Amino acid sequence: MIDYHALAPELLLAGTVLAVLTVDLLRVEKYWVAVVGLFGLFLSFIPVLTLGFCDTLTFCEDTGTRFLFGESYAVDSFSLVLKALFLGSAFVAVLLSVGYLESDRFWQGEFYFLMLSSVLGAVVMASSRDLVTIFVALELVTGPTFLMAGWRKGDPRSNEAMLKFFIIGVLSAALLLFGMSLVYGTTGELTFAGIRAEAAGIRGGDLEALFTVGVLFTLLGFAFKVSAVPFHFWTPDTYEGSPTPVTAYLSVVSKTAGFVGLLAICYLAFRDATFLWGPALWVLAAASMTVGNLAALRQTNIVRLLGYSSIAQGGFILVPFGAAVAAGVTDVQLEEAFFATVTYLLIYAFMNLGAFAVIIAGGNRLRSAEIGDWAGMFGYAPGLATMLAVFFFSLAGIPPLAGWFAKFVMFRAVLSVGGGWAAALAIIAAVNSVIAFVYYAKVVKSAFMDPAPEHVAVADLARMPTVPSLQFALVLTVAGVIVLGIFPGIIAEIGELTKTFASGF
Amino acid sequence: MEFPALALLVLLPAGGAGIVALIPERRRDLILPVTVGLTMLPLAVALWILWEFEVGNGAFQLTERVLWFEPLGISWNVGVDGISLLLVVLTAVLFPISILASTSITKNVKMYMVSMLILETGLLGVFVALDLLLFFVFFEVTLIPMYLLIGIWGSENRVYAAVKFVLYTALGSALMLAAIIWLAVVAGPQLGGTTFDFTRLLDAELSSGAQLWLFLAFGAAFAIKVPLFPFHTWLPDAHTEAPTAGSVLLAGVLLKLGTYGFVRFNLTLFPDASVRLAPWIAAIAVVGIVYGAVVAIVQPDVKRLVAYSSVSHLGFIVLGTFALTTQGIQGGVIQMVNHGLTTGGLFLLVGMIYDRRHTREIADYGGLARVMPLYAGFFLFTAFASAGLPGLNGFIGEFKVLLGSYLSLPVHAVVAAFGVVLAAVYLLWAYERVFTGPVTKEENEKLVDLNAREISILVPIAALIVFLGVYPRPALDRIEPSVDVILERIEAQTDYDVPRFGTTAEIDLAAEGD
Repeated sequence: MIDYHALAPELLLAGTVLAVLTVDLLRVEKYWVAVVGLFGLFLSFIPVLTLGFCDTLTFCEDTGTRFLFGESYAVDSFSLVLKALFLGSAFVAVLLSVGYLESDRFWQGEFYFLMLSSVLGAVVMASSRDLVTIFVALELVTGPTFLMAGWRKGDPRSNEAMLKFFIIGVLSAALLLFGMSLVYGTTGELTFAGIRAEAAGIRGGDLEALFTVGVLFTLLGFAFKVSAVPFHFWTPDTYEGSPTPVTAYLSVVSKTAGFVGLLAICYLAFRDATFLWGPALWVLAAASMTVGNLAALRQTNIVRLLGYSSIAQGGFILVPFGAAVAAGVTDVQLEEAFFATVTYLLIYAFMNLGAFAVIIAGGNRLRSAEIGDWAGMFGYAPGLATMLAVFFFSLAGIPPLAGWFAKFVMFRAVLSVGGGWAAALAIIAAVNSVIAFVYYAKVVKSAFMDPAPEHVAVADLARMPTVPSLQFALVLTVAGVIVLGIFPGIIAEIGELTKTFASGF
Repeated sequence: MEFPALALLVLLPAGGAGIVALIPERRRDLILPVTVGLTMLPLAVALWILWEFEVGNGAFQLTERVLWFEPLGISWNVGVDGISLLLVVLTAVLFPISILASTSITKNVKMYMVSMLILETGLLGVFVALDLLLFFVFFEVTLIPMYLLIGIWGSENRVYAAVKFVLYTALGSALMLAAIIWLAVVAGPQLGGTTFDFTRLLDAELSSGAQLWLFLAFGAAFAIKVPLFPFHTWLPDAHTEAPTAGSVLLAGVLLKLGTYGFVRFNLTLFPDASVRLAPWIAAIAVVGIVYGAVVAIVQPDVKRLVAYSSVSHLGFIVLGTFALTTQGIQGGVIQMVNHGLTTGGLFLLVGMIYDRRHTREIADYGGLARVMPLYAGFFLFTAFASAGLPGLNGFIGEFKVLLGSYLSLPVHAVVAAFGVVLAAVYLLWAYERVFTGPVTKEENEKLVDLNAREISILVPIAALIVFLGVYPRPALDRIEPSVDVILERIEAQTDYDVPRFGTTAEIDLAAEGD
């Protein structure tokens, strides 16, 4: 018998996807498609809450972790927290898209259909507990985004963005599948629990080499998805060329989905193989932070800058994984590392979506993403400039904005592991947070302290309003960044809930 | 639960920032008076705290502890002792004054005042925080408002100065955050769980190697903030380019975060490393004293001159701190307050003349004493206080520092004493060039003397300068027990013996008899 309560978020979201397509056929303003989408996202959020607070609700039978379809699909506090994150981020992403799509002749109904399908993939991803489900979920997340990246059909850069993204996406899917097939072949299991059990027997045997290759290729596939250096080269071009709301979506929802997959695979399936993924992800973390930040220093385009910044942020998110490099890392330390990654992802979603919301609002006015053109924004749009500062300083990790807590748990996870390699990673991260500060502060400096360039019609811009949907998105994210920064307990409690996940089944 | 005076103190300015932000743009004229009024509230609370403070008790008082986030051991844990008490009061006093001195700000006044108020929350928070993470958060909160204050409302080279300031400080903070977490991780197992509670961390026993590294990481953050030679290069730029109020607060309070951090955290948490490194850090401080003074002499820009004099004066504070004697640390702490008043006063005075003439070049002035006698009087008075003239506040601090360091580090003390002489040279020579002789420039002939607002700004500072100079006893009585707590701790944890001669009371008598 299927537990429909546990599946309700997915079912409602799937229903919304169909409803969006239907509304698109009706003779109504295309605007309503977005409204239906937003409503559907909100509706899907309700069962996430009822499942999460099951123990306090009378009508709900609390069964702890709910497994469906054997052990392939699990609804536990980790998956619920991440589902809430995906639905919330998607809600903001739709808000960001509304004004953008209205502003030009874009196909609208299809856009929301694709975006919501991708969100459905992300929501499924959070519950996937076997190789096939996780692969299907990942492809469902990625597939629609290829099309969304090329939504500005007349713009060659958007086409280039789509093509690059598509080719790399397909390549990474192939690598991932190859890795998974080796893992399946050597262990004979698809579920993570089964793989973990079998993997213990493989060590020292004939199949160890093959299993190792399988693990590494699987990691490689995810490394592309989360755009970790050196598998990042598609990211800046795709981010710059895509419509900005799509970039926001890619950098938050799609990237987080990749990290969720990585978390599940590493902490469940390959739990006893930290000696394999620890060093590999150590290298990726160090490289992503360093390359991402150094490249971001040189950017003059604000979207491209955020592209590189998100590569670097991805590096920071990988740091707790890299902490597992130490020999004899204990279960408690791994739980801390897991907690740090989840907490970082939650906070990252708020601040990165907020940063993109500001960029879209500014882009609407200036029709330019060159940082030089953004100079002097404080003079004619003080509110927008202040929000820019809030999000960018949050990304830089300055308290009392939420980003500081993300950095704090990250440092804590890696330092509590101890040992030379972990300490080295902490030092690399510390140096990088200073480098990152340089370019975040540079953008704020430009907006606040430099005079506006002459070709910018300051008087006109001062009168230009921000689209209401965008205002709503800005308010949501600003409130999140400030409240979570001052009361990080909220986010930490949520992150704490997910820890049980890392302690196994 | 007791009345949460410290929470109120710290949060009042932040709440005030919200109020100022709500003032509509068409009532711009209200912004300055309202902000001054709002800064009077934390001042009132600070004075109440001063009143409530129990003299002769070296422990933390008025403590509050509310768990902020339990699993990670973070709490809202605040309190004042003799070391932080006067700095809290100084901060609360300097804010209304600096805001009154900000009438020349016309661009984006609201944002300016909001930045000021957030800065005040950060500064007050730093001095009362007894949780390392809370300390870090407030330490960082001060960063952004100062960045904006320098970068938006500063003079010509403001952006360069702002970026330089913020990068130096950010580097120090990153090190400090890593060090704080590392300390908590190292000490956690001994204390039964992770904690950032300063008073509990004192119970942890750290190996001497760990102490050394942690001392250096904390020390780097504080050394940049002080700034100690050779980390001082951001300071002259930041001071020179900042608007008057920014310079006053930078010199008056922000730099003290570094010296306060040394006393509060480095000496107590890492006593072994402190004893081992003290002569070296004191040596760096002495280099700073002499270097700052020598460079100040040759500055053509009067604001830059005062900035370099800060490097020199802050050197005295660090020297006193790392002399590791009662007199030295006590002198260091009282000197933090003194420097805030005198250098703050000098920056205010420089700002007043800059508002009239829009130049800071010494060469552009001359003979001002004839046109602006009142102004010249205040300037000479503050310069004397800064140079350590007996009877004014600078004397008691520098005297104690030199006395204290002579006990443990005589060579350092002798070299540092030259700094006092040089201070007289650069200040009086600058006074001579600006104020004495005939009026050489035509533009200077019509300058107006101080108005009522400016006098009302300067009088409280002058009064405090005289009070602390003539009758420092109340201040010293409050500082001393807390200093003794620190030194007793160092003696208990290491085999270092604090050198003393006579009793403190006798020395105080000697000092006051002068």
